[in-house]
Amino acid sequence: MLTNFLSYGVDMQIPDSLLMLIPLLPFVSSLILIFVNPPKKIVTLLGVGSVGCAALIALLFNISLWGQTDYVIKAGFGNWMTIDKLVINFDFYLDALSLVMISIITGVGFFIHLYSTGFMDEDTDYRRYFAYLNMFVSAMLVLVLADNMLLLYLGWEGVGLCSYLLIGFWYKNRDNNMAANKAFLMTRIGDTGMAIGLFLLFYQLGTLNIQDMQTQAVAVWAPGSDLQGNSMATLCCLLLLAGAVGKSAQLPLQNWLPDAMAGPTPVSALIHAATMVTAGVYLIARNTQLFQLSPDAMFVVALVGTCTLLLAATAAMVQNDVKRILAYSTISQIGYMFLALGVGAGSVAVFHLMTHAFFKALLFLSAGALIYSVHHEHNIFKMGGLLKKLPVVAASFAVGCAALASLPFTSGFFSKESILEKIVDSGHTELWWAAVIGAFITAFYSGRLFFVVFLGKMQQEPNHTPTKTMHIALLVLIVPSIFAWMQPQGLIALMPGLPSKGLSDLQHWLPIFTPIAALMLAFGLYRANFFGSELKSPALQSIHQLLKSGWGFDFIYHHLFVLPFKWLCHINRNDIIDLFYRRLEDTARLMHGFVTGFQNGRLRSYSASLVLFCVLAISWVVLK
Amino acid sequence: MISIHWLLFLSLALFSIGVYGVVARRNLLFILLSLEIMLNAVVLLFIAGSSFHGNPDGQIMYLLILTLAASEVAVGLGLVIHMYRQHHTLDVDKLSQLRG
Repeated sequence: MLTNFLSYGVDMQIPDSLLMLIPLLPFVSSLILIFVNPPKKIVTLLGVGSVGCAALIALLFNISLWGQTDYVIKAGFGNWMTIDKLVINFDFYLDALSLVMISIITGVGFFIHLYSTGFMDEDTDYRRYFAYLNMFVSAMLVLVLADNMLLLYLGWEGVGLCSYLLIGFWYKNRDNNMAANKAFLMTRIGDTGMAIGLFLLFYQLGTLNIQDMQTQAVAVWAPGSDLQGNSMATLCCLLLLAGAVGKSAQLPLQNWLPDAMAGPTPVSALIHAATMVTAGVYLIARNTQLFQLSPDAMFVVALVGTCTLLLAATAAMVQNDVKRILAYSTISQIGYMFLALGVGAGSVAVFHLMTHAFFKALLFLSAGALIYSVHHEHNIFKMGGLLKKLPVVAASFAVGCAALASLPFTSGFFSKESILEKIVDSGHTELWWAAVIGAFITAFYSGRLFFVVFLGKMQQEPNHTPTKTMHIALLVLIVPSIFAWMQPQGLIALMPGLPSKGLSDLQHWLPIFTPIAALMLAFGLYRANFFGSELKSPALQSIHQLLKSGWGFDFIYHHLFVLPFKWLCHINRNDIIDLFYRRLEDTARLMHGFVTGFQNGRLRSYSASLVLFCVLAISWVVLK
Repeated sequence: MISIHWLLFLSLALFSIGVYGVVARRNLLFILLSLEIMLNAVVLLFIAGSSFHGNPDGQIMYLLILTLAASEVAVGLGLVIHMYRQHHTLDVDKLSQLRG
C-alpha cells in the first residue's frame, strides 16, 4: 500500500480524464452565466474560478509531466459523428505543444480574468462580459486540445464568434460594431480557405485525425514522389495557411486587429496574448510534418511572416493610440513566429509565442490600467510624466517594453535570439537581415511608447488608481515576462529543428546590440522633442500618413472590395433577374386588360358583337 | 300569287329592322319589341316556305313559335317590370352592373 502510494506520489500520476475538465469548466461556467443571473459575487467566483481551476489542472499536468519529453495523453467523450469513412471523435490530445498552449491560455487567461474583475467592476454588463470571456477561453482550449481537425475547427469558429462578441462588447457605439464586423468578416475569409483545405485534406488522406493525417501525408506525399502529389501538398498547406493568416492577423488579412481595440482592454489582452491570434501559429505548428512536405508552402509562410513583421513594425512607429501601437506590435511579433515556422523552427516559434503571451498580456493589462487611470485617454501625447504617479503600472510597462524590445536578459530576448539563430541555420540570410531590421524598429517604438508616456512633463493628473486585483495581476505577470528563459524541452523533441550551423561574430552580436542602439536612438529623439512634433517636409508627412494608416490597407480594401460590392448592391437594388419576370407580369396584365374590355356589362355591345360574329361567320361559310 | 322572292325580301327586311332595333335602341322595352319583330320575320319565312313547298310543317312551326314568343314576352315583360322597380330606369346603358 505504502510503496504503491510512494511510487504514485513521486510520479504523481493524475487521471487522464482530468484533461476533459480543462475546456469543460469554463464552458459550463459560461453556460451558467448565460442562463442564470446570479449575484455579482457569484459571477466573479464562477468566471474567475472556472478558469483558475482549469489553470490548476494545467499546472498539475505540467508538474506530472515535468522533465518528460515524449508523452501523449488522450481523453475523450467518445464519438461525435460517423459518416461512412469519416469518423470524428470528441477526443482531446495532449502533447508537449498542446501542454504549452493550455498552460498559456489558462495561466495568462486566469490573470486577465482576475484583472477584469477590477477593470469591469463598474460596467453594467458584468455578467455578460464574463460569460463571453469564459466561452472564449473554452473555445480556445478546445482548439488546442482537439484530436482532429473538425474539433479544432469547432474551437476555431468558437474563438471567432467570441472575439466578435467581445470586440463589439460595448455595442451601443456604432464604431465598435463595425470593428467587430470587420474582425469577423476578415477572419471569415481565412476560415473559408481553411475549410476548403480541410475538405481537400480529407479527400486526399481519408482522415481528419491530426496525428493520422501527418503519417498519412508522409506516406502519400513522400518527398521525391511525383510532382502532382507535391503540388497537392503545397495547395493543402496554403489553404491551411489562409486560415492561419486570417486568425493571426498576418498579411494580407492583418488590418482587422488594430480595429479590434474597440473592445475592453482586458479583451485585447486576451485576444493578443492567450487566445485568438496565436491560433494560426498553433495550427501550423500542429501540422509541422504536413508543412515540411512542401518547401514552397514553408517559404510562403516565412515570406508572409517577414513582410508582416516589417509592415506592422513600421506602422507601430507612428501611431498615437497606445492600444494601436500594441496591436501593431502584436501583428509584428506574430510575424516573427510565422517566420520561425517558415524556416522550420516550430519549437522556437512556440517558444516566442509563449514569451510573447506573457509580455503582451503584461503590456495590455498595464495599458488598460493606464487608460483607466487617465480619464480613458488613449493618445500617448496627452499622457506623460506618469512614472511617479503610477509606479506599479510604470514598472510593468517597462518590463513589457523591455521584453518586447528584446533587451538582454528578458524573456523576449531569448526567444527572439533563438528565432534569429534558426533563420541563420536555415540559410535565409536576407530574411535574417529583415528580422534584425524588424527587431531594431520594434525596440525603437517600444522605447518611444515608454518614454512619451512615462517621462517628461505631466499632461494630466491621473484620477483613478488601479484596483488591488489589477496590481496583483500585473505584478504576477512581470515574473514570467522576465524569467521565461527556457524553451520547454518537450517542444524540441516534438519539432526537432535544423542542425545548428554556428553563427558568425556579426550574426551573434548584432541582434544583441540592435535593441540597445534602437532604444538609445529613441531616447535621443525623445530628448530632442522629435516625437509628436509637426513634420516639416510634405514628403515626410505623407510617409507618416501612409505608415499611420497601416500602409493604407484599409483604403485599398475599401476601394478594391467594399466599394465595388456597394456599387453592385446599388445597381441590383431593383433585382436584375426580377426584371425579366416583371416583363412577363406586365404582358399578362396587358392581355388581361384587353380581354376584360369585352366584358363591359353593356347589353348593346354584347348583342352587337353577337350580330357581328354571326354576320362574319355566315359570310365566311357562304363566301368560301 | 305573290312571288316567293318578295316574301323572302320582306322577311329579311323585317329581321334587319329587328336586329337594328336590338343593337341601337336603349330602352329595354323597345329591345323586346325588336326581338318580337325578328321572331315574326322568321315565322313569315316559315309560312312562305310552307306554302311554296305545299308542306304543312312550316305552319306547325308557326304555332310552336307563336307559343314560344308569347311565353318569352310574358317572362321578358315580367323581368322588365322588375328591373324598372329596382332601378327606376330601362336604359340598358345604365344597367351595366354585370361589368367584368
